[in-house]
Amino acid sequence: MPAIKEARSSRLRAAGLTLPLIAFIAVTFIAPLGNLLTRSVYDAEVADILPETLAALAKWDGSGTPSEATFATMASELLRARDERTLGRAATRINRIQSGLRSVIVKTPRRLGRDVGTEPPNGGTWQDALLAIDEDWGETATWLAIREAGQRFTARHFLNAVDLETRADGSSGAMPETRRIYVPLYLRTLWVSIGVTLLCLVIGYPIAHAIVHAGPRWSTTLLVLVLVPFWTSLLVRTTAWIVLLQNQGVVNDILVALGIVADDERIAMIYNMTGTFVAMTHVLLPFMVLPLYSVMRSIPARHMDAAASLGATPMQAFRRVYWPQTLPGVGAGALLVFILAIGYYITPALVGGQSGQLISNMIAYHMQTSLNWGLAAALAAILLLAVIGLYVLYDRVVGIDRMRLG
Amino acid sequence: MESAMPHVEYRNVQKSYDGRTLVVEDLNLGVNQGEFLTLLGPSGSGKTTCLMMLAGFEQPSAGEILVNGASVHDLPPDKRNIGVVFQNYALFPHMTVGGNLAFPLEVRRTPAAERVERVGRALRLVQLEGFEDRRPGQLSGGQQQRVAIARALVFEPELVLMDEPLGALDRRLREEMQFEIRRIHQELGVTVIYVTHDQQEAMVMSDRVAVFRDGRIEQIASPETLYEEPERAFVANFIGENNLLRACVTRTDGDICDVDTGSGVVRAFDVQGCAVGDDVILAIRPERVGVQPDPGQYANELTAKALDVVFIGDHLRVRLQVGNNDGFIAKIPNIVGHGTVLPGDDVRIGWATLDGRALPPDPSVLQGNTEP
Repeated sequence: MPAIKEARSSRLRAAGLTLPLIAFIAVTFIAPLGNLLTRSVYDAEVADILPETLAALAKWDGSGTPSEATFATMASELLRARDERTLGRAATRINRIQSGLRSVIVKTPRRLGRDVGTEPPNGGTWQDALLAIDEDWGETATWLAIREAGQRFTARHFLNAVDLETRADGSSGAMPETRRIYVPLYLRTLWVSIGVTLLCLVIGYPIAHAIVHAGPRWSTTLLVLVLVPFWTSLLVRTTAWIVLLQNQGVVNDILVALGIVADDERIAMIYNMTGTFVAMTHVLLPFMVLPLYSVMRSIPARHMDAAASLGATPMQAFRRVYWPQTLPGVGAGALLVFILAIGYYITPALVGGQSGQLISNMIAYHMQTSLNWGLAAALAAILLLAVIGLYVLYDRVVGIDRMRLG
Repeated sequence: MESAMPHVEYRNVQKSYDGRTLVVEDLNLGVNQGEFLTLLGPSGSGKTTCLMMLAGFEQPSAGEILVNGASVHDLPPDKRNIGVVFQNYALFPHMTVGGNLAFPLEVRRTPAAERVERVGRALRLVQLEGFEDRRPGQLSGGQQQRVAIARALVFEPELVLMDEPLGALDRRLREEMQFEIRRIHQELGVTVIYVTHDQQEAMVMSDRVAVFRDGRIEQIASPETLYEEPERAFVANFIGENNLLRACVTRTDGDICDVDTGSGVVRAFDVQGCAVGDDVILAIRPERVGVQPDPGQYANELTAKALDVVFIGDHLRVRLQVGNNDGFIAKIPNIVGHGTVLPGDDVRIGWATLDGRALPPDPSVLQGNTEP
């Protein structure tokens, strides 16, 4: 019995040692992710600012305009929101449902004035008073938008993130073509990531092979050459590409000097898709080279001799003997580069211009500029799901245990 | 005509990796059709390089290699049709055993039916029937070795090279595989060139053994000849156990010479035709040395001091001090009436004249010997 007790207590102590780690993961990983995912479906801002109006609207049948009582509640809550300085936040959110409503909501309390009491001004109804300020108060869509904005839980952001919209009648459908931006952006991100991964593979495979099969001195030099950019600040590397590729940059200057390109027809190689491709491939290349290097180093050089002695031409030996043995490294490198590429932000932001922006740049825009955190969270959540989906697919097709990172 | 031409011939072949030191010095060697030739030597003696040049993985720095009378200099390894068994097997881990064996047939575009038939036959030859679907990683070292041999034979080359194929196996398995390889060679009649540093391995399997040292062949002969009639002190020392004594020639008489060992003059077989006053190395096999012989039994007798006596089983092993050599070994066979000695005894030792061979001097092979 004492032995069992002791074993249990030592197990508990051992488990206790992992607590800081668990806490660290909870604070740095689970909490922000959970917060993000919550924000994509939950938003209580409007619901907290206009609770009674929303309660009244809940009873409304959604046709025509709501009752006079609802108008009254709305007016009083708008006035209170103005005094509590929360009006702007509510107005912004409602405006996202139907643009134009922001000014309507902000100006209504202002026009009502400071000394309006519980009775409508000029002895009329509240409805008349609001309609006098803006005719939109008489529109059914306005009230539907307010009711929609007041939902605590909403699929709105996710629908938005895949270019669907909720129509006034509550159904959802595709947005008008001119406003569909996210699905094309996701697709572009996907193609760029696949393209960058393939480029990294095509460039990285010979490099890794050269590192492994060069003599010991050259091998170290080459490995350092791959690693030095790895240690250099991302910003420096990206800026270097700007210096090289811009219109008056090194590459264009050389091309003009050689007479290949006319001076007034310099090639636009940066601030567009080309810039994004070139800079991202360069930045992500080490993530492809290192797993390949590690796998190639474990393949005995004798295998190629053996294949040759068995009658295989160098091409056959590569295709049948060498390449299949490097597949775990190819898989690891490709997965690593692809997952990093699909969420890449800084490089496209710096060198991508308009046409080279990726989904992460849009997420950043909604986080920092438009402050539509719900939409940003939904976009990010879809990206996360896509990455997890690809990971699962990779596991099914290739097997994650066959992957070798080093 | 066919018998006159060697299957493989090295003509004045040299190899240097750095352009200064020669790994292989002026090699001339002919290998007959169907022969089992072993290149035997310590590591770094150039024997593996010889093999790799023949396989085409290395190019000679000078000279040429001929197979069936034609130079293979411009033939890439994949066109030479030579089976190679590598030291660490070099099986392809991502293929099954069947896949490994089918590989040389697939690159030769052998029809599928014949491929299956030949793979089965090769596996039967190495006694691994039914292992087609295993992966090399699932096999023991000995089994992997058999697969490697089968793979080198499955495309029916006339010439098979083996580079220390048994080096990674334990002793018992190694001995088993030696007989296995011998059997396969006899069954197929292919020419085998085999590289090893293990002299016992060379003795068991070979028709002829070429003893390598520092890029040169010291002696090439059948195992029996190498053992009984070594022509160099290095060979005498490397093949089997030998007692080597520094000596000086005092008289010559045809094939026989008198040599002074420092603790007595003995008669010996003159290997190189030496002159009076030459330094030689006298080699006598331990099992040919009689301890306390009947008077007159041996032509040569010396006195020695027993230092150590060890009972081995089939013989008694006696370490003796002869002159300044304190590592002189004599084996007393364990037969009825064998005498015995005790450590510290002064004993007489003797041997037949032809069992003592006077060899050219070679400072590097005389360990435990001091100046006479």
